[in-house]
Amino acid sequence: MIVYFDNSATTVVSEKVKDIVLKAMIEDYGNPSSMHLAGVKAEDYIKDAKKKIASIMKVDEKEIYFTSGGTEGNNLAIIGSVMANKRNGNKIITSSIEHASVSNPMKYLEDEGFEVVYLPVDKNGVIDLEALKNEVDDDTILVSIMGVNNEVGAIQPMEEIGAIVKEKNPKTLYHIDAIQAFGKMEIKPKKCKADFVTVSGHKIHGPKGTGFIYIKNKTKVKPLILGGGQQMGMRSGTENVPGIAGLGEAAKEAYDNLNTNVEKMTALKDRLIDGLEKMEGVTVNSKKGNESAPHIVSASFLNVRSEVMLHALEDKGVYISAGSACSSNKPAISRTLRAMKIDDNLLESTVRFSFSANNTEEEVDYCLECINELLPVLKKYVRK
Amino acid sequence: MYKSFLIKYAEIGIKGKNRFLFEDALVRQAKIALGKIDGDFEVHKESGRIYANAQSDFDFDEAVDALSHVFGIVGICPLVQIEDNGFDDLAEQVIKYIDAEYPDKNKTFKVLARRSRKNYPLDSMEINVEMGARILDAFPDMKVDVHNPEIEINIEIRNKINIYSRIIPGPGGMPVGTAGKATLLLSGGIDSPVAGYMISKRGVQIDAVYFHAPPYTSERAKQKVVDLAKKVSKYSGPIKLFVVNFTEIQMYIYDKCPHEQLTIIMRRYMMKIAEHFAKQEGSLGLITGESIGQVASQTTQSLAATNEVCTLPVYRPVIAFDKQDIVDIALKIDTYETSILPYEDCCTTFVAKHPVTKPNINIIKKSETRLSEEIDRMIEDAINTVEIIEVE
Repeated sequence: MIVYFDNSATTVVSEKVKDIVLKAMIEDYGNPSSMHLAGVKAEDYIKDAKKKIASIMKVDEKEIYFTSGGTEGNNLAIIGSVMANKRNGNKIITSSIEHASVSNPMKYLEDEGFEVVYLPVDKNGVIDLEALKNEVDDDTILVSIMGVNNEVGAIQPMEEIGAIVKEKNPKTLYHIDAIQAFGKMEIKPKKCKADFVTVSGHKIHGPKGTGFIYIKNKTKVKPLILGGGQQMGMRSGTENVPGIAGLGEAAKEAYDNLNTNVEKMTALKDRLIDGLEKMEGVTVNSKKGNESAPHIVSASFLNVRSEVMLHALEDKGVYISAGSACSSNKPAISRTLRAMKIDDNLLESTVRFSFSANNTEEEVDYCLECINELLPVLKKYVRK
Repeated sequence: MYKSFLIKYAEIGIKGKNRFLFEDALVRQAKIALGKIDGDFEVHKESGRIYANAQSDFDFDEAVDALSHVFGIVGICPLVQIEDNGFDDLAEQVIKYIDAEYPDKNKTFKVLARRSRKNYPLDSMEINVEMGARILDAFPDMKVDVHNPEIEINIEIRNKINIYSRIIPGPGGMPVGTAGKATLLLSGGIDSPVAGYMISKRGVQIDAVYFHAPPYTSERAKQKVVDLAKKVSKYSGPIKLFVVNFTEIQMYIYDKCPHEQLTIIMRRYMMKIAEHFAKQEGSLGLITGESIGQVASQTTQSLAATNEVCTLPVYRPVIAFDKQDIVDIALKIDTYETSILPYEDCCTTFVAKHPVTKPNINIIKKSETRLSEEIDRMIEDAINTVEIIEVE
């Protein structure tokens, strides 16, 4: 039995997505900038994808730009906005649990002389709104906070954050990294008062190498990729038409079935959490129900290093991911888990299970069965 | 300009009546190395010289790189080889050669002629003088310096005439295949690939044994070892890699023996199993990357304890090296970047926080008696389930 519980890493492409990607590659392969019919046909795919996404997010089609994925989107939102608005101040606010595609651009800006404030989170991985309120000031250019944390599934109060930011300083820009949130809940930039929202295609059964960024109309951004001026000059380079078409389709499917999918994944999550909590020495770092993302379960197994659990489950056909990347001697401990003040001895023992709507209860039960069988053996062999 | 290389070797030149064996091995290894790149080459020996002649187009840098991985070669000389059409023609060719090879003529030089064909009308000294004069006429910027020339122009009068001046250093050592075979205990670390390289440099063909412990070590850790073996094989030639599943034995030792002795006992069994494959494959020794005092299991006492289980000699070429010296070689042979990739090795879980540093062999042996019930069967299983990967 092969059980794929690593859907936060990437997902399988859906049938409909596959079909439209193939069609755009084989039949309508024109360059969308070409003036002939083949070009026009290719451009239609882009228009169509834009329309689908804009209607999901209730935004204007002109506010959607296609990228090569989450990392590019986050770089553009952060570096592009700060560089274009540095006259407004010198301060950037983010959280201490961001993905590397946010935290590394932040580090880059710090090196460039900007002040970056990293907000703390509580034990559930949610940022401290009071701290945010205190930090946003006249000097603040940008606030960048992820919608859903990729390691534990903590949901940030996106609307409250937007309200606070804009109340304290209407000029401060607000970026939501929605890479793990999109397709798992409503993401409405206007309601959140967000200026940027970034999304990746392959996390929602779209193709890899695709993504989009919502940029609020009239927001000043310095493009990072210069060239032929495609996408209003915001993102040069011939559009990845098959990828964009697939992304649009994937987004549509995700939101056509949002409620059923979320219900299904939440049931799987709760089932897994219930099972894990019955086991000795297991700490679940994610919340049941709608208090955290429906598709992510982070769990720590006392005295079992993450890599060992990962490979032991792999051997049984269950694919999960390690909570933190370890090296043989110097483990690179996850910043998220550390920021959540997870027990020191659990830091290296944390793994992530992540679902898609394709997963089943049987798979959860099988996974639990495997863990039940493996745990006593794995726990026994610990460095003493 | 170049179609040939003159391959220089030093040490093997002095091997008396066995000399041809060494030369033949070097020819063989050079052929293998050049066989891996684009182009056809013919390699042969001829009166104490080895030549590689290109029979087709080839990439010069690629060919030099290939030859610089062949042990036994001390120098690679890109060679212009011409027919003897009289001294005037020779002088013309030499001048053409210098013009192409050295765009900047503001250099000192000397001519070094040798004749193995003694009926050439000029003797060596006369060639030196006359050729020097012609070069000075052609390139007034060049100056003669017979003691410390920047360019030494070699002219060898044989059946054909060889012209060369550049000597690109080779790796030295002895051609692989002239010194039997040994079996390397290859981990994913920095030291063992270096140890394998060093022994191979003495002409020894190598096999390797890697112990993996799924799920405590990952497929990627294994792939890393395969990659390392591949890098070493660029020098040593093909390596037969034995991948031994060590999990059961490690768990058993963990269950039965005092934890501070785990590493020593584990290493003793690794040596035993490696020796099994060594003997099976006709190896005459084991190779490890151990270095005195580097870690608890490499103190002199620990080395004595692990050595005790072996009947074959154990070669430890980096035994007295500082870590940095080993790293320097790893960088040179391009294994370092791979070695430092962060994958779990089998030692991490099954290692005590405070291992013994001065193990007493009698105590270790006594601990091992606790394993008597199952260990032989487990070793047999590990041997029977070995995965063999041919790396080249």
